Amino acid sequence: MLRPIEPTSPPPETIRLQPTSGFSRVLAPKELWRYRDLAGQIALRDITVRYRQTALGGAWAVLQPIGFMVVFSLIFGNVAGIASNGLPYPLFSLAALVPWTFFSNALLLGSDSLVSNSALVSKIYFPRIFMPAGVIVAGFVDLAISLAILLVIVLAWGYAPSPAILALPLLLAIATAAVLGTAAALSAINVRYRDVRYVVPFGIQMWLFVSPVVYPSSQISEPWRTLSAVNPMVGVVEGFRWATLGTGAAPWDLIGISAAAAAAILLAGLAYFDRVERAFADFV
Amino acid sequence: MSEIAIEAHELGKRYTLGVRGRGYGTLRESLVEAAKRPFDRGRRERQPKGDQLWALKDLSLTIRSGEVVGLIGHNGAGKSTLLKILSRITEPSAGYADVTGRVGSLLEVGTGFHPELTGRENIFLNGAILGMRRAEIQARFDEIVEFAEMERFLETPVKRYSSGMSVRLAFAVAAHLEPEILLVDEVLAVGDAAFQRKSLGKMNEVAKAGRTVVFVSHNLAIIQALCSRGVLLERGRVKADAPINEAIDRYLRTLESAASEDLLQRSDRDNRAYDETLVRHLEIRDAGGTPNVVVAGRPAAIVVDVTEHLPSMECQLTIVNSLGQPIATLDSEMLAPVDVRGPEPGTRLECRIESLPLLPGRYRIDVIVKAKRHIQDGLQAAAFFDVEPGMIGERPIAAEADGDVSLPHSWRLPA
Repeated sequence: MLRPIEPTSPPPETIRLQPTSGFSRVLAPKELWRYRDLAGQIALRDITVRYRQTALGGAWAVLQPIGFMVVFSLIFGNVAGIASNGLPYPLFSLAALVPWTFFSNALLLGSDSLVSNSALVSKIYFPRIFMPAGVIVAGFVDLAISLAILLVIVLAWGYAPSPAILALPLLLAIATAAVLGTAAALSAINVRYRDVRYVVPFGIQMWLFVSPVVYPSSQISEPWRTLSAVNPMVGVVEGFRWATLGTGAAPWDLIGISAAAAAAILLAGLAYFDRVERAFADFV
Repeated sequence: MSEIAIEAHELGKRYTLGVRGRGYGTLRESLVEAAKRPFDRGRRERQPKGDQLWALKDLSLTIRSGEVVGLIGHNGAGKSTLLKILSRITEPSAGYADVTGRVGSLLEVGTGFHPELTGRENIFLNGAILGMRRAEIQARFDEIVEFAEMERFLETPVKRYSSGMSVRLAFAVAAHLEPEILLVDEVLAVGDAAFQRKSLGKMNEVAKAGRTVVFVSHNLAIIQALCSRGVLLERGRVKADAPINEAIDRYLRTLESAASEDLLQRSDRDNRAYDETLVRHLEIRDAGGTPNVVVAGRPAAIVVDVTEHLPSMECQLTIVNSLGQPIATLDSEMLAPVDVRGPEPGTRLECRIESLPLLPGRYRIDVIVKAKRHIQDGLQAAAFFDVEPGMIGERPIAAEADGDVSLPHSWRLPA
């Protein structure tokens, strides 16, 4: 039965609803905290639903990077004979494909997240950033599985992890910042312009080839090698190779530039999201 | 209990037509427009940018905590827009509203159900979406399941539920919200009769527990039963703010005056409509006499005239009693062998009733015209009509009989 409102509960606060401008929503931590349970539920939903009614389930998290590894090894490693820094090409590409798969899946699903949840967006209030963010959090589960498989394969191949592996959290933070910033901006544009749906899959393909996934960035001549790190995935991918295979010199220059670039993308993406968020329900 | 829960001050919401109707534009259109912009700077002053519609305009309203308020008005009067602003789904374009206390909104039952998740998982997801803490949902979990009557299906994905089951579950979650302010939009029209009665009881309980409730429904009987105060909106403004019975009376009077004006002039049309053909005129008549005055038990015909001929038009008529409760739906899409579709194109649709089974009183007719698989036009209260006492199945009908309809029947009685 319904309980009457307890008189002892703290006086409810007053919220003023009025036309707003500027940055007031996403970047309001109080608001995000108030809706923390919903954030958890959305992430949980995205994780649970991901592989429901699939025969292979979580194995897809592994099959995707492994499949690419096999194809890339045959084509780029054997046929085209692309250099791999003296590493076996399968390891060389898999170490890059693990963060890349996380990034590309999160970007693909994240940029569609507001539109595919339009029923929610137009009926219920909540901080909209939870939609792209939830997809990314769900992506962490896949990432954890594929990372574990990567480490097993690395060990089986006879490479021992070095202390460099401790850099992984930093690299993941860079990848997450980059994908959250990009997916937030794209999902917001998608609300107005469905062109995003066609641009994103195509853009991801392009992005793959400007990131050193199938080739080592050492093949690029300076200063372009260093400059290329404004693409955050350059630092992440090269950093992943160094951190998981434990060979070669630490690419701190690339990682540093990529971290700065990712931070800039995150801020710009969230700022744009924040500016247009208030009109989502009118357009979606 | 006299604190103010909701204080709206000169609230306005503007939509740009076209942009909203089309749903979304393409990037190309925007780029082309952006490229053109430098060249027609002078002209822009004169040409207004698209049609603008104020769904709400200068609306001021104060609702005290514990009040149960019904919002009534035609389609497009701004009821739903007001609820959307109060529930923070959309921002006002002008003015402000101060809302004190936690707001729960029930704008559509089952919003946020995910078909792949089980009933149990959806209860938690939906509860969180409606603003409940996880611990709260946990505490009320058994109550919710019991209210929805679905212990056995908790681990079944919602996509395997019948529509009735998912609606029951959704309402059960929503009804166990405990916000200080509850916004409800037309959600009680779900489930079977027993469940509706249960839902209504629940809403009554919510209202009695001292919560503030703002309620939108077309069913005036439900509004009358639940609310103590009625706010009548018209074209985005408050037309009347009075005790519920008075507000409903005002509303019914505006409905009648709307029905007597030229139907083509009305702006409160169904907002899903495609408008390729419009209802020009609607009336009910029996063998003789005046339109819109019919005699109980006599043959009657409802005639709908539309502006344009479209191939394969269909028509749905709903007869509604004076409390806003629908009594009967006459739907041409439910085919019967007695239906006739003529060989010629035309703009007249006619529905014949062999013997009008309505008791004396005042009724209205809502109409929807469909063609090309879309709603083309829809009007509530397209006509009002009076039923005069008569004979139904050779039995005289008393003027003061209870109910809305009579059934042809016969008795077998002892001596």
